[in-house]
Amino acid sequence: MSEAGASLARFSTAERWVHRSFGVLMGTCLLTAFALYYGPISLAVGHRHTVELIHVWAGYALPAPLLLGLVSAAYRSDLGVLNRYSREDWRWLRSKNRRDGSFEVGKFNAGQKLNAALTAGSVIVLVGTGTLMFWTGLVRLSWRTGATFVHDWFALGLGLLVLGHLWFAFSDPEAREGMRTGVVSRRWAEREHRAWAGAERREP
Amino acid sequence: MGRRIVLGLLGLGAAGVVGGASFSRKLSDALAPAELHDPTGLLSTLPVGPVFRYYSVTGGVPHRSEQSYQLRVDGLVAQAATYRLADLEALPQTSFVSDFHCVSGWSVPGDEWSGVALSELLDRAEPASSARAVRIRSFDGTYTESLSLEDARLPHVVVALRMLGDPVSHDHGGPVRMYVDGHYGYKSTKWLSGIELTDNEIPGYWERRGYPLKGVVGE
Repeated sequence: MSEAGASLARFSTAERWVHRSFGVLMGTCLLTAFALYYGPISLAVGHRHTVELIHVWAGYALPAPLLLGLVSAAYRSDLGVLNRYSREDWRWLRSKNRRDGSFEVGKFNAGQKLNAALTAGSVIVLVGTGTLMFWTGLVRLSWRTGATFVHDWFALGLGLLVLGHLWFAFSDPEAREGMRTGVVSRRWAEREHRAWAGAERREP
Repeated sequence: MGRRIVLGLLGLGAAGVVGGASFSRKLSDALAPAELHDPTGLLSTLPVGPVFRYYSVTGGVPHRSEQSYQLRVDGLVAQAATYRLADLEALPQTSFVSDFHCVSGWSVPGDEWSGVALSELLDRAEPASSARAVRIRSFDGTYTESLSLEDARLPHVVVALRMLGDPVSHDHGGPVRMYVDGHYGYKSTKWLSGIELTDNEIPGYWERRGYPLKGVVGE
């Protein structure tokens, strides 16, 4: 805090690349999904087979950056952090004043952890149900109807999740810069991720 | 904990695949009254279901009016003919109620269809003895479909002029589209422009992209 202009390393190069490529693929999936699902746009865009192929292959590519990232130790360690919910996290989730700096927030706040888990789970479900819809010979019609139902609702949920993610990102320029450059100011870290900033001070 | 959320979602997804068909039917029955009185129209854009989804395989599809619409019947026939919309309206009409099933899984039960039985047009064209199948074209300029002559003569295979109680709208493939009962939606060509009799069944647009040639619902 007293060290003016001091900065902290937040994301490694590998992690930023995982985020960037996952983001591009996710954007592709969601935009093409909209064109495939919403009637007026479907007809305006047309070219259903092309849009469908882009959607399907971008969808299959989605898990690739998440899996390739596993070669990076920093990414693996962050996955571990995302998986663990402390008592403080539950308190954070239930509170109304979670943004006032009175919580011991680690590298990720509980909302970010939830976002990560919901996104990962949704992607697996969407890839699975999408497979049943695309290769129509795999299961009987009623399961395909079920797969379509699940795919539609999970896509809607994931779309809203991504919009929420973008909303938080765009309301915090420094958080965005952290993902773009990998580095954040100590001041920002003390405000948003106090426990993490504290731990980073102890072991520089 | 994060892992448990992921596993929970997977369980939810699997349950939805197995039970989603009947659950979505109940959900849409429950929501139907609300949907009728929803001024925003938002409910009908949610995946609660049975709504038609609009597909087009090309860029824009030209509009055809009552005056400009033409259906050509030709190929291996003695009497090639061109029908205008009024000509089709003057022929005997077949009406029935049936469920529409898309091969990808969505369906719309209990739709009213009405139009000229394809067998009626085939009889008038007098197919040659070498004719084995029909090739169906769309005025979108790209889409084609095919039916064996045997299937083409089934009573509920119609050149549809009306669906859901109204003339077939442009988005639904109007003014004239095919409806092939008991087959997946891709067999029911939208924006119908031509019926050609051929000596063998030529795979259509989606069949060249991997869909089965027969396309019978449930197979």
